[in-house]
Amino acid sequence: MKRRPIRPEPLIFERNPARARRPGFRLPSVDVPAVDPRTVLPPNLLRTDEPGCPDVSEMEVVQHFHRLSQLNYAVDEGLYPLGSCTMKYNPRLNEETARLQGFTSAHPLQPAAQVQGALRLIWELERALEAITGMAGVTLQPAAGAHGELAGILMIRKALEARGDVREEVLVPDSAHGTNPATAAFAGYRAVEVPSGDDGTVDMAALEELMTDRVAAVMLTVPNTLGLFEPRIVDIARLVHDRGGLIYMDGANLNAFAGRALPGLMGADAMHINLHKTFSTPHGGGGPGAGPVVVSKALVPHLPVPRVVRNGDIFTLVQDDPASIGPMRGFFGSFLILVRALTYIWSLGADGLREMSEVAVLYANLVRHRLAGAYHLPYDGPSLHEVVFDDTRQTRHDVHNTDIAKRLLDYGFHPPTMSFPLIVHGALMIEPAESVAPEEVEAFCNAMLAIAREAEESPDLVRSAPHDTPVSRVDEVRAARKLKVRWTPEDE
Amino acid sequence: MHPWIGAGDDDRRRILSEIGLGSTDDLFSAIPPAVCVDRVPLANGLDEQAVRLELVAMALANLSPDCRPSFLGAGVYRHVQPSVIDAVLSRAEFFTSYTPYQPEIAQGTLQAIYEFQTLICQLTGMEVANASLYDGATALIEAVLFAHRVRRGKAQRVVLAETVHPMYRRVVRTYADPAGLEVLMVPAGGDGRVDPTTLRAAAGDESACCIAVQSPNFLGIVEDLPAVANVAHAAGALAVQVVAEAASFGLLAGGGAFGFDVVCGEAQSFGIPSGFGGPHLGFFACRNKDVRQMPGRLVGETVDSRGDRAYCLTLSTREQHIRRAKATSNICTNQGLMALAATVWLETVGGHGLRDLAAACLARSEDLKRRIEAAAGPWRLAFPTSPTFNELLITGPGEGAELARRLADLGVLAGVPSRTWGGSWPDGLLVAVTERTTTSEVEALMDGLGRVS
Amino acid sequence: MNLPSDLMYARTHEWARVEGDVVVVGITHYAQDQLGEVVYVELPEVGTGADASEELGTLESVKAVSEFNAPVAGEVVEVNERLEDEPNLVNEDPYGDGWLVKISGSVDDENLLDAAGYRAMIEEESA
Repeated sequence: MKRRPIRPEPLIFERNPARARRPGFRLPSVDVPAVDPRTVLPPNLLRTDEPGCPDVSEMEVVQHFHRLSQLNYAVDEGLYPLGSCTMKYNPRLNEETARLQGFTSAHPLQPAAQVQGALRLIWELERALEAITGMAGVTLQPAAGAHGELAGILMIRKALEARGDVREEVLVPDSAHGTNPATAAFAGYRAVEVPSGDDGTVDMAALEELMTDRVAAVMLTVPNTLGLFEPRIVDIARLVHDRGGLIYMDGANLNAFAGRALPGLMGADAMHINLHKTFSTPHGGGGPGAGPVVVSKALVPHLPVPRVVRNGDIFTLVQDDPASIGPMRGFFGSFLILVRALTYIWSLGADGLREMSEVAVLYANLVRHRLAGAYHLPYDGPSLHEVVFDDTRQTRHDVHNTDIAKRLLDYGFHPPTMSFPLIVHGALMIEPAESVAPEEVEAFCNAMLAIAREAEESPDLVRSAPHDTPVSRVDEVRAARKLKVRWTPEDE
Repeated sequence: MHPWIGAGDDDRRRILSEIGLGSTDDLFSAIPPAVCVDRVPLANGLDEQAVRLELVAMALANLSPDCRPSFLGAGVYRHVQPSVIDAVLSRAEFFTSYTPYQPEIAQGTLQAIYEFQTLICQLTGMEVANASLYDGATALIEAVLFAHRVRRGKAQRVVLAETVHPMYRRVVRTYADPAGLEVLMVPAGGDGRVDPTTLRAAAGDESACCIAVQSPNFLGIVEDLPAVANVAHAAGALAVQVVAEAASFGLLAGGGAFGFDVVCGEAQSFGIPSGFGGPHLGFFACRNKDVRQMPGRLVGETVDSRGDRAYCLTLSTREQHIRRAKATSNICTNQGLMALAATVWLETVGGHGLRDLAAACLARSEDLKRRIEAAAGPWRLAFPTSPTFNELLITGPGEGAELARRLADLGVLAGVPSRTWGGSWPDGLLVAVTERTTTSEVEALMDGLGRVS
Repeated sequence: MNLPSDLMYARTHEWARVEGDVVVVGITHYAQDQLGEVVYVELPEVGTGADASEELGTLESVKAVSEFNAPVAGEVVEVNERLEDEPNLVNEDPYGDGWLVKISGSVDDENLLDAAGYRAMIEEESA
């Protein structure tokens, strides 16, 4: 079946070239006298340019974005098997509750007595995340996973300072996502790499040697970016704690064990949770997300402010606390994202969460089972919610993981995560998540198998992919070499 | 079985059998039993209607500023919300899609961000803008760290005007202390603005990486931007303008017109709901020559293999998923859908519409000032001769927090107490007005002010 | 493999050519091939001093960043300003117009390889 033609949509600045005045919105009428700005503001500070944005009608705006939207693939369309992204269904109930007027119109500086509902929601989500992780405290303030990571490392830093123990290093496995060493550097630490063993998990002997009293924390992703659970997690935590360090856990892969295992039992001192991954809040084409951080007792005093406190049925705010690391951002956090996450958690409940992780892991293993003949598996430990293949069988025909990704677009799927983790050259990291029907996972496997065959029989077809997408392969080198990041009138 | 989980019991049995496992437990054999539990201490899942009732109850337990006279501002403003915005944002192709790392099937998102970047450049007067940051407070700290990098790590001092939003300044402290930066705060002057000569003195010579001011500032007053840019450059520092009320761009030129090196801040005014504080929308704009130090994502124009115009993320090597410890920032997921909302808002309101909106804000604000000056009783404009846009500080018979409480009891959200975070200025109420403020709301406010005198 | 025999090579894939008092430095054909198309080169400031094997700057492709090091100790006396607008020269002519910096200093034969030694090192790495 062919898709019907969709006309290319110009930039908004290219619409209405005559710059005719077309109202797009009627402002409320103004029943006070107009003021000449030059009489009340310094004239040299006033704008003198013509508006850069054209005036277009409401329908034009709608058509503009409707056509643009049709160029995008989305979770609602089909499988999005991006490893470590957990592209699950974004329930419509979340979208309904997040749009309730009592939530959307609440101003963060209203007195606490006027926003008891919002404060209660924050408190309830905090307790729910503590229950799900087995941890002693939590902050919902960070705006994304990386932001939560930074909060966690800053809390660790503050805890060490409080006991008079200033350390300089943070250990990060070589398989870790780049946010981990970036966060450590941001917080003023030196990031030291811990090698992975042959089995893809942390090399214990190396860790033993690197874990000195200069090390503030070890950052671990559990399961790691290869989808493998650290089998000696409890031993690692004991080693680090015995030598005065703390454990930071990257919770990006929580979907693998939520509802059935507790980071609190693994020895975590701080763990960020990506609400836009595990807890179904939408990815939004690049955010907004939210990155709450659950913490152990040791770090509770250092949680960011402001904090919500409950006294019977009344919720109040604590604004200041010298032991706190301070605020990570304005106000309380991405509240409307928190609304969605609580909606999801209450809908699934303890039983639903167990099902969620079960099917997430089941689907990843189905993919592993079906593709293992055609694609090379660099590590053969048991996979949890994601599986990592590499392109070594295909590179024999000069077909690389990027080509496989682009060819998948022709089959109507979003590709898996490419080229990550860094320790696997030509990686393909596949995480189906638990939302789609089994037939969708099977169709994805069939597409991958077809492409593996094409790589052998007609590699040119794969290398020149994609063929059927709105634009063909995009020249990213040129985008970087000839940098153009805005429209200007001279473009015409 | 749950409706949001794709495989039912039959499916699971079939798949387990295909992959040769006996039971679910076998799937999780890699997890040590010592860290496992039979269930987490939460109730079982509720049906949709039950969840809806719980959430609605919590929403109803909030007093909505939409339904009563409201003059709350201080970084979050009540502007028009065209219905088109939510209609566009509700399209699944926009809100359920991922970061556009595969440009061939994400041209919708990429082009929208390119438009956003262009609009921010036009409004700020700067050459390049990124695809968004978390909010105004974190945009400021990103600007500080940016300035530090541009000065190649040779200037550890940061000069902040006291009239920058106190909450933003606290966030700067959270980051600056571990980064080893020395933050100097320059107090507000008697006119509610910061004195450029005091900024110059605080900066020293080549010791400061940046001087940051907010304009319109926390007290609603417009700072002397050209003078600030001059003293910053004389001190060898970058000039940073923070903006908390983005609607001001409809009337006031952005810092780019005066030689600022960074214009950044909060764009919540562009169609983003208050949402009890988030998600909001940080923006950041700088010069072409510094683009490699700029944090956050960036969309660039290029071509595809057929030679047709296409967009993609670019300069990714600055970002932490590649640059790791040497990344320009640790931001990954940003505020993509909020940037889309702002883009739709700006294009719906239109170029001339934004000018009219800003003019309405100014007219309403000046009208309010006249009423306060004309009213008998103890209420005063704290800075009667300082130029403002749509927010102003008024003082009355008592502390700001107490007066706010008494006025709330009368059904008026009269403003944010100006000393909520301390400050060297008078203790009163910050009152914000917008194009949405009606005369009847203003009359209710004046009536309320009269009654608490 | 493109390996001029009159150059010296560092184990980190830089080449060095003596021109009077200065040593011209660039990256090898093998290195640029591994890196992919170069989109940006970050060069040190003239006057920067460096020890042998110390990082001097970086080369960026679309997907990766790679440091390049000083093959000899010395002070940077000149950098290739053409690379700002034409980073592609590193790929197209790595031993000629794609040169990176010139350092005042002398070649220390002990730490550098000749063409045959570098070739052997590459072949061992790839095995």
